Amino acid sequence: MSAVGGAAGPVLQVEDLRVRFQRRGEVATHAVDGVSFAVAPGETVGLVGESGCGKSVTSLATMGLLPKRGVHVSGSVKLDGEELLGAGDRTLRKLRGKDMAMVFQDPLSSLNPTVTIGTQVVEVLAEHRGMKGDAARREAEDLLDRVGIPDPRRRLGEYPHQLSGGMRQRALIAMSLACSPRLLIADEPTTALDVTIQAQILELLRDLVQGSGTALVMITHDLGVVAGLCDRVHVMYAGRIIETAERRDLFARPRHPYTGGLLASVPRLDGGRGAPLTPIRGSARDTIPWTQGCAFAPRCDVALDDCLVEVSGSEVELADDGAGRQLRCRHPLTPAVPTAGAHP
Amino acid sequence: MSAALGDRRREKIDALAARAGQVPEGEGGVSLTRSAIRRLRRDPVAIIGAVIVVVFVVVAVLAPLLAPRDPLAQTLLGQVRQGFIPGAQDGFPLGVDQLGRDTLSRLIYGSRQSLLIGVVSTVLGLVVGMGLGVLAGAFGGWVDTLVMRFVDILLSIPGLLMAISVSVLLGRNQYALMIAIAVTQVPVFARLLRGSMLSQRDKDYAVAARALGVKRSRIVFGHVLPNSLSPVIVQGTLSLATAIIEAAALSFLGLGDPDISRPEWGAMLANAQEVLSIRPELAVYPALCIIVVALGFTLLGESLREALDPKFRR
Repeated sequence: MSAVGGAAGPVLQVEDLRVRFQRRGEVATHAVDGVSFAVAPGETVGLVGESGCGKSVTSLATMGLLPKRGVHVSGSVKLDGEELLGAGDRTLRKLRGKDMAMVFQDPLSSLNPTVTIGTQVVEVLAEHRGMKGDAARREAEDLLDRVGIPDPRRRLGEYPHQLSGGMRQRALIAMSLACSPRLLIADEPTTALDVTIQAQILELLRDLVQGSGTALVMITHDLGVVAGLCDRVHVMYAGRIIETAERRDLFARPRHPYTGGLLASVPRLDGGRGAPLTPIRGSARDTIPWTQGCAFAPRCDVALDDCLVEVSGSEVELADDGAGRQLRCRHPLTPAVPTAGAHP
Repeated sequence: MSAALGDRRREKIDALAARAGQVPEGEGGVSLTRSAIRRLRRDPVAIIGAVIVVVFVVVAVLAPLLAPRDPLAQTLLGQVRQGFIPGAQDGFPLGVDQLGRDTLSRLIYGSRQSLLIGVVSTVLGLVVGMGLGVLAGAFGGWVDTLVMRFVDILLSIPGLLMAISVSVLLGRNQYALMIAIAVTQVPVFARLLRGSMLSQRDKDYAVAARALGVKRSRIVFGHVLPNSLSPVIVQGTLSLATAIIEAAALSFLGLGDPDISRPEWGAMLANAQEVLSIRPELAVYPALCIIVVALGFTLLGESLREALDPKFRR
C-alpha cells in the first residue's frame, strides 16, 4: 500500500486484488496477482505495462464488470471506504456511472451504433439523476459542450458513425462525467485516436479531473501519456506491481530493469535517423510464474541466479525503496543504466 | 481588375469556410436503417425483388378490379368434355380449368390467399420466435437451456411434416394452416435472435453501458436487441418465401383451406394435376406464380442482408 496524502482518505483503495481465470479442466491463469494501490481525490494514478500484464483486468475487477463464470476475484476494492467486491449487482449498478465511471479504449465500439448520441447521454442522466424530457436534453447538450464538442445540439441527434473518433471519445467522456463521479477509470482512452487528438483528449481529462477533484486511474502502455498526466505511476508486469514511484522520480531514475526497458524503448527524436530502437527482449509470453522467481527474469538483462526462487529460496517481494517508491527487484538498475541504454 | 478578382475569390473562400462544418442537406442523424435503405436503392437485385413483391401485393389488393371475370363462375363448363378442356381464347387469355373457370382470374384472386397466409404465418412465427429468442438471449442460464432444448426439438422435426401434423391436429381451415406454418418458423427465429443477442451482449458498448450503471432491462431492450435485429429482419423476408411455398404445398396435399370460394395457388396446382395430360399449362401457371413470388422475397431478403450487414458490403 502506498502512502496517500489528504485527510479525507483515498477515493479508491485496492488491496491484494487477485483475479484468477479458470475454466473447468484447465490450468488457472492469474491475471492479477496481489495488486494494491490507492488513489486520493484529485490524484491521477497511472497503471502501466505491456499487453497482458493485467492492467485492464484490474480496472474491470474494480468496476465489477468481469464475467462471473470461471472468474475468481479476491482481495478488497474500496470506493470511499465501501467494499465493492462481493457487493450485489444492484448496489454496483447504482455506483457505476454515478460514483465511479470508466472510459474505454475504442470509442466507436463503446457507443451503441443504432442509437443517437443524445439518447445515450440522456439514458445516463435518466438512470442516475432522474432527469427526463427537455431538462435531460438541455443537460446533455451542456455536457457535450463542456467536453468541447462543437454544435452540441446537432450532435445529440446524430449517430456514433457520424462523429469523428475524437468527438466520440469526448462524447463518452461526457457520459462518464455526467454525474461527476468520484472515480474515473480511463482504460487506454487514447489508443484508438491519432496523436493530435490524443493530446486534446488528455488535456480534456486533466482539466475535468483537476476542476472537480475526481480521482483518475489512467491505464496505458504509453509512457507519453503517463509523463503528461499522472502524479504517481504503478508499473505492472505479469499481474503484479513491480515498481511504484512519483512520475518525475520514475522517469528520472527508473530502478526496475523492466521500467528501464520501457523507457529505453520509447523512440527518441534526438536519436538521429536510422538509430535502432531498443526493444525489451522477448515478449510477454516469456514469463515464469512469480512462485518460481521474478517473472521478468527470462527477459531481463541484469538478472542473476538469485532472481529464481530455486536459488534464493524466497519470492521477490515488493519492498519500500525510499522516497515514496516501491520496488520488486533484487538487482535494481543504477540511475546511470537507462541513459546508457537509450544511446547504444 | 485583378484586385476585384482577388476580392471575389476571397469572398468565395469565406463563403466556403463559413459552410465548412455545417450539415449539408437533410440535417440530422443518419440512422443505420436509413443508410441501409439508401444502399438498397442502389442495388439492382434489391430493386428487382422489390418490384416483384410490389407487383404481387398490388395485384392481391386490387384483385376485384384487375380480375377480368368472376373466379368462381363456371362460364365455359359447357365446352368441357371428357378428355377435352378448351384452351386460351378471346376473353380467357390463359384458358379455363376443368370446371370452366377463368384461369387468369383465379390466379389473380389466388395471390390474395397465398400472400395472406405467407405474411400472417411469418409474422406469427416471428413474434413467437423472437419472444423465445429474447428470453433465452437475455436471461441465459437455465432459461436459455430450457428454451433452446425446446427449440431443438421443434427444429429436429422436418418443417413440412410438422406443418402437416399441426394442421391435422387443428383441423382443416385457413387459420390452422397459418398456425401450422408459423410453428415451423418459430425455431428458426428463436435461434437466430438468441445467437445474435449472445454475440452482441459482450460487445464493448454493452459493457460500456454497464460501466455507466444502465439497468439490465434497458441494456437488453435498448442496446442489445436493436443491434441483434438485422439477421432476424433478413430471415423474416426470406421466410415469407418459404411460408408461401409451404402454404401451397399444404394446399396441394389437401390440407389447405377447404373453402373453395377462395382460390389458392396450391389448390389450383392440385386440381391441375388431374388434367395434366390434357392441359399441362394449367399446372404451370400457378407453379410459376409461386416460384416468382418466392424469388421476389428471396432476392429482397438477400440484398437486405447485404445492406444491413457491413461485412457483406462490397
